[in-house]
Amino acid sequence: MSAPRVRRKAFLIGFLLVALLIAGVGSFYASSNPDGLEFVAEKTGFLDHSKDSPVAGSPFADYSTKGIDNTRLSGGVAGVVGALTVLVIAGGLFWVLRRRGSQPAEDEREKTPSGA
Amino acid sequence: MHVPDGFLDVPTSLATGVVAVVGVALALRGAHKELDDRTAPMAGLVATFVFAGQMMNFPVAAGTSGHLLGGALAAVLVGPWTAILCISVVLVVQALFMADGGITALGTNITLMALVGVGVGWLVFVGVRAVLPTRLSSIAPAAAVGALVSVPIAALAFSLLFAIGGTAPVSTGKVLAVMVSWHAIIGVGEALITGLVIAGVIAVRPDLVYGARPVLATRELKIRSNPPQTTPPQEAQA
Repeated sequence: MSAPRVRRKAFLIGFLLVALLIAGVGSFYASSNPDGLEFVAEKTGFLDHSKDSPVAGSPFADYSTKGIDNTRLSGGVAGVVGALTVLVIAGGLFWVLRRRGSQPAEDEREKTPSGA
Repeated sequence: MHVPDGFLDVPTSLATGVVAVVGVALALRGAHKELDDRTAPMAGLVATFVFAGQMMNFPVAAGTSGHLLGGALAAVLVGPWTAILCISVVLVVQALFMADGGITALGTNITLMALVGVGVGWLVFVGVRAVLPTRLSSIAPAAAVGALVSVPIAALAFSLLFAIGGTAPVSTGKVLAVMVSWHAIIGVGEALITGLVIAGVIAVRPDLVYGARPVLATRELKIRSNPPQTTPPQEAQA
């Protein structure tokens, strides 16, 4: 009838693993061609107006980790660190912002025997 | 589409900074209604996924690449206000730690990718969803169309900002034409990724897709119309 149910926690962990795999491993295979804006800037002649970011010297600048020479590892570490940083900041923010106790977690309700 | 420092002049960057602050402040209020114990962890993961997705540049014609912006994707998964915050957090982390996108350009990037990207993606999604049959299978195509439209519109928005406050003497028409046409192509990639991810989540946990709630609500009414004897508890839609 309906789609097979994956437990919520299992789904969330799977979703996180996919994100970390993309950031840590998949990103190595990403295209290194200039992106749309960069290409347009070059083509129409304003690319040279771009300035280096003030944080261009940061340990993870340009998605590579300072001190790691292996490009695959260097990019992978930067990707995973960045993704986890986003998870902590966004996850923390959303946890604070949420409506408290508004809905019990579905899996917990599934565990308790229904009164029927 | 991350704008580096130096493309736009200081007044324009300040103005987009104000727009970004107001937009994020509104999103902080709006997201409160979208987030609960169940959706908050999902929203954190959606931001993480968008960060990862933005690293995967896919090749486009003529030596160019594009990557996911994620506005439509996040909006359909966790709601538009929360999506604005998701994309904003991604852009802040990218600007501060990865040197991807400028610091003075952060307001511009939030305006373009978080406000315009999410806003257009969500509104187009809602419009297409209203036209398509009320079925779960309509959600992913509607999200894909939202994604498809959101990218060239964000590119259009950049072109307009460049016309107002661009630092280089390049004709507005030229920038606009090239910018929008290239990003229309990149939008196809955005649409494919968005459609596939939404379809994948809907296949396993449709209840975790914010944009599918109206569909699930009508389905639930049909189920509830039978006397619920041994029916397992359905997901309550607040």
